[in-house]
Amino acid sequence: METSQLIGLLGEGLVQTLYMTLVATFVSYVIGLPIGVSLIVTSSNGIKPVGWYNKIMGFIVNVVRSVPFLILMIALMPYIRKIIGTGIGTSATTAALIVAAAPFVARMVEQSLLEVDAGVIEAAQSMGASNMQIIRKVMLLEARPSLLNGAAVATITILGYSAMAGSIGGGGLGDIAIRYGLYRFQPAIMWITVIVLVILVQIMQEIGLKIAAKLDNRIN
Amino acid sequence: MSDTIISLQGVTKEFETKSGKVVALKDINLDIKAGDAYGIIGLSGAGKSTLVRTINLLETPTEGKVIFDGENLMSLKQSELNQKRHKISMIFQQFNLLMQRDAIGNVCFPLELAGVPKKEAEAKAMELLKVVDLEERAHSYPSQLSGGQKQRVAIARALASDPEVILCDEATSALDPKTTRAILALLKKINEERGITLVVITHEMDVIKQICKDVAIIESGEIVEKGDVQEIFAHPKTPAAKKLFFPDGQKELTGKTSTKSRLRLVFDGKDAHKPIISRMIMELKAPVNFLYADMDVVDGVQKGTMVICLSDDPEIAEKQRAFLIKEDVVFTELEVEGEVE
Repeated sequence: METSQLIGLLGEGLVQTLYMTLVATFVSYVIGLPIGVSLIVTSSNGIKPVGWYNKIMGFIVNVVRSVPFLILMIALMPYIRKIIGTGIGTSATTAALIVAAAPFVARMVEQSLLEVDAGVIEAAQSMGASNMQIIRKVMLLEARPSLLNGAAVATITILGYSAMAGSIGGGGLGDIAIRYGLYRFQPAIMWITVIVLVILVQIMQEIGLKIAAKLDNRIN
Repeated sequence: MSDTIISLQGVTKEFETKSGKVVALKDINLDIKAGDAYGIIGLSGAGKSTLVRTINLLETPTEGKVIFDGENLMSLKQSELNQKRHKISMIFQQFNLLMQRDAIGNVCFPLELAGVPKKEAEAKAMELLKVVDLEERAHSYPSQLSGGQKQRVAIARALASDPEVILCDEATSALDPKTTRAILALLKKINEERGITLVVITHEMDVIKQICKDVAIIESGEIVEKGDVQEIFAHPKTPAAKKLFFPDGQKELTGKTSTKSRLRLVFDGKDAHKPIISRMIMELKAPVNFLYADMDVVDGVQKGTMVICLSDDPEIAEKQRAFLIKEDVVFTELEVEGEVE
C-alpha cells in the first residue's frame, strides 16, 4: 500500500473514531449525568431519599454494566437496525456505545458527587436552598474537577469500546486494525493504528487533566 | 427585647438504628428570647448538635413543636420553611464553605439563593467582608485561608440574609485559643450591635463564659439545668453542671480521705482584683491551701473559680467562712464524699 493511500485510510479511520467517541460520550452524559445525580439524590442519605427508585435504577445500571460490550453490541444489533436502518457502521456503533456507556457515566458521576462534603450540602440546606439549587449550585459545582477527570476517563473508555466495535464491522481505527492486521496479514498497519490510538488516549487524558486542574479552585 | 423568638416545646427525637430505637432528645422545652446569647453546653454525644438542628429543622423532631417568631415551623411546607431559613443562619465547626467559590462568592451564595441581583449581592457581600475584617481577602479561595479566616467568611455568609438568629454549632472547636477568642468577640459584637440572637452549641465552658447570657446544660438528650450563666456558674445544682464546671483534675478535690472543708469560690468580676484571700490569710493568721484556680479575663473583667481548703481547726475554718461572707464572696461547700463523681 502506498503511503498516501495509507494516510487516507488512517485519516478516514481517525475521523470515524473521533466522531463515534465524541458523539457517544456527549449523548452518554446527556443520559448518564441526570441518572448519576438521581442516584445520589435518592440514596438513603441523599437530599431526597426515594428507596424504590434508587434500588430499581441502581439495578438497571448494574445489569447493563455487567454485559460485556461486544456481547451487548451484538445483542442490540437487531434493535438498532430496526430503529436507524443499519446494524453496522459508525452510526450503529455509536448507538450501541451510548447504551453501554450511559450507565458507566452514571456511576462515574455518582462517584464524583459522593466526594462532595456533606457539611457543605447541610450548610446550603440551612440557608434555605431548594433541592434543585443544591444540585445545580452546590453538588455539580463542588464536584466539577472530579466530574471533568471522570469525563476524560469516560471518553477514553468509550474510545476503547469503539475500537472493539471495529471487530464486528463498526468502522473507525479498530476496524482498520482488524481488517488489515488480522485478515490481510499486514501487521505494520495494525501497529500503526495502535500507535494512533495510544496517542489519541494520551491527548484526551492530558486535556482532561489540564481542564480539571484549571477549573479547580482548591489548589493554587 | 424580651419576646421569645425560639421556643422548643416537648421536642423529642428518636433515631431508628439497626440495634433498635435511640432517643437523641427527650422532651426538650426551651424558650430563647430575642437578642439573647443562649448557650447549650454538653459533653459529646449529649445531643446538643441534634438539638440545634431541630431549630431550623435540619433534624425533624419525632414529637413536639418548634416555634420561630410565633410560627410552628413543623406545620410549614418545604418552600415556606426554606423562606424561614433565610432568617435563621448557621455556622459550623468545619466552616462548610464552598471550596470552588472565593470568599465573596461564598458570602453571595445565600443572596443568590434568595434571588438578589448579582451587583447588589456583591456590594452587600463586600460590606459584610468589611464587618468581619476580611475585605482584602475577598477573592481568595477557602483553601488559601486559615481556619479563623474561613470562619469569618462563614460569619459574613451567615449575616448576608439579614437573619434574626445565628445558630453556632461548635463554631470555635476547630480553632486555636487565640483565634477562638477573636471569633467569639466578633460574635458577641454582632449580638450586641445588631441584636441578632445567638444560639451557641459548645462543649467548652470558656465559650459560654465569654459570650452567653443564658445557658442550658444537656446530658443524655435531656436538659438538666438552665438559666442565667452567672447564676448557674455560681450555684451549679445538678451533677452534670458540676461536672462541666469541674474539669477532670478536680475529682480528687472531693476525695474521701480528707475531712478538711473545701470551698469553691466564684469571682464574677467585681471583687476579683481585690486581694481578699491574702487579707484573710494575714488577718486570721491561718493558711489556706489552694487546690484549683481557673481565672479568665472577659471584657477586661476577671472571672473564674477557685477551690480552697480551709484550716484543719474547725474554729479557724468557721472564722474563715465568716470572713468570706463578710467580703461578699460567693462560695459553695464541696461535698467531701465526692458526689461529683
